[in-house]
Amino acid sequence: MAGPRVGRPDRPTSVSRQSSRNGERIAMLGLRGAALLSIAITVGIVIALLGPALEFFRQVPVMDFLSGTRWAPRFSNPTYGVLPLVTGTAWTTVIALLLAIPFGLGAAVYLSEYAPTGVRKVLKPVLELLAGVPSVVYGYFALTFIAPDVLKGLLGIQVGTFSVLAAGIALGIMIIPTVASLSEDAMSAVPMALRQGSFALGANKMRTTLRVVFPAAISGIAASVILGLSRAVGETMIVALVAGTQARMVTGATQPGQTMTGFIAQTATGESTPGTIAFDSLYAVGLLLFVLTLIANIISIRLVRHFREAY
Amino acid sequence: MVTIGAMVGTAVRPLRAGRHGDRSPASIAFLVLLWITLLFAIAALAALLITSFIDGIDRVDGNLFTQYTSQLFPDRGGARAAILGSLWVIGTTALLAIPLGVAAAVYLEEFADPRRWYNRLIEVNLQNLAAVPAIIYGMLTAGLALTIGLRRGVVLAGGIALALLILPVIIISGREALRAVPAEIRQGSLALGASPLRTVWHQTLPAAIPGVATGTILALSRALGEAAPLLLLGGLVFITYDPDGLMSGFTTMPIQIFNWASQPQAAFRTLASAAIIVLLGMLLVMNALAIVIRNRYQKRW
Repeated sequence: MAGPRVGRPDRPTSVSRQSSRNGERIAMLGLRGAALLSIAITVGIVIALLGPALEFFRQVPVMDFLSGTRWAPRFSNPTYGVLPLVTGTAWTTVIALLLAIPFGLGAAVYLSEYAPTGVRKVLKPVLELLAGVPSVVYGYFALTFIAPDVLKGLLGIQVGTFSVLAAGIALGIMIIPTVASLSEDAMSAVPMALRQGSFALGANKMRTTLRVVFPAAISGIAASVILGLSRAVGETMIVALVAGTQARMVTGATQPGQTMTGFIAQTATGESTPGTIAFDSLYAVGLLLFVLTLIANIISIRLVRHFREAY
Repeated sequence: MVTIGAMVGTAVRPLRAGRHGDRSPASIAFLVLLWITLLFAIAALAALLITSFIDGIDRVDGNLFTQYTSQLFPDRGGARAAILGSLWVIGTTALLAIPLGVAAAVYLEEFADPRRWYNRLIEVNLQNLAAVPAIIYGMLTAGLALTIGLRRGVVLAGGIALALLILPVIIISGREALRAVPAEIRQGSLALGASPLRTVWHQTLPAAIPGVATGTILALSRALGEAAPLLLLGGLVFITYDPDGLMSGFTTMPIQIFNWASQPQAAFRTLASAAIIVLLGMLLVMNALAIVIRNRYQKRW
């Protein structure tokens, strides 16, 4: 069959017709190829991670990797228990979410339900600016301001140069716009009739927001939080600068600790040579990171689709 | 979570609510709380900008733009290689990502039948790819470079890594721009006998260009600030020459900032904040450009 085949029913350009020009057929193939490239990228990621990771798991049993509590790839007697890296990531992510959920949702509720149009026009760009700051700048900010001035100076918390607390706070500030903008979309999508019904029953604005709009938008809000979580888990530059460079089980917020992404960054910039087991461990950790964020992303996408369909 | 008891409790005393309840202490406290959350975000942004400005503004001098980084004399070193490297890599990224991204957006929005399973698969896959951690793209590029025999630390490899990173973003925003073009434009063109492809090339795409350009510039500014995927390409830190081609070694601003910020000496920290000012300036220019395009050229149909 030549030319564009029967396409989208809602797009008049995709009327089924025989194209007489060979050039158009080639152009169509090019367009389709570009779209298929996204699939190729995914397959490429899986292959690129899986190859070295399988090599790694041939020498280190999967269970030892997932349940080991000592990560020491550089020792003469190396052990590859990934849990120290996982606890590092868990601490920074949880701290980030503890910060980003209240502040992000508060901003979203205000922008969606309370803000006059003029105020919205000013505040939305501020959030966009916050989203546009490169993560390495947040890392520098955490290193030179959050840890020494805010945590130590202002709040009197005893933290060293590196701590999961400072990294988590910077991550939290970074994902506030993610949480805020997606949950604001969800709350704005709640039909006005629901609010009017609530007002008609005598509820005030706060009650309407908390008891009607918020529950109605809950799937979108959950999606925003999970997307924020996925970004916090995958963020590299902040944790590479501030969280610390020693992989150890993290048991408190003021401790330093290495995260999964931090380990990948450190090993990649170090002198590991491809083909060694220390190098392959990078890809095992990368695969774990990819799988964890993939699960979070799929849940988030499902939830977003749910709120898009509901209204 | 609201318990049933709490819901019943509120249901039995509805009379004292009403719109006037907006003045009740609880309502006012709630509004103040919302204000505080927003103030926090604004204060964080302000603190970030002010601290890096105070730390670095004295160091934004001629040396920063004309000198290479120096391990021995951080006071006189500069970010020349990083600034040029960033321009080279972003240029390469744009050349790779824009044509591919726009072509994919055109296919998915104008020709692909959303009822077919493989087109739905592409769609879900794109949303997933947009949220894959940036550092994973670095691992993919490193693997790709090894397979095709490309040296890792060259401009081309950096451009590929960042292009892969922003491709999903460009496709998604491009589709939104195409979707905003009304069907009448396409119908008019088809009615005059233009083929579907000619319609896209001469009518739909030109009408969508402001939206496509805005999304693309924002995606490129994300690439400009991203360092994580480039770390995997290795050996990018001590570059003391100008990049001069696709196969030349390079470093970029975020990588240079990362390296300087991780040095213990205060002089390097100052240098890092000076470079941050320059990087934020570059990003501000790109974002301003996107806003200007959006406001001046975007048509409201």
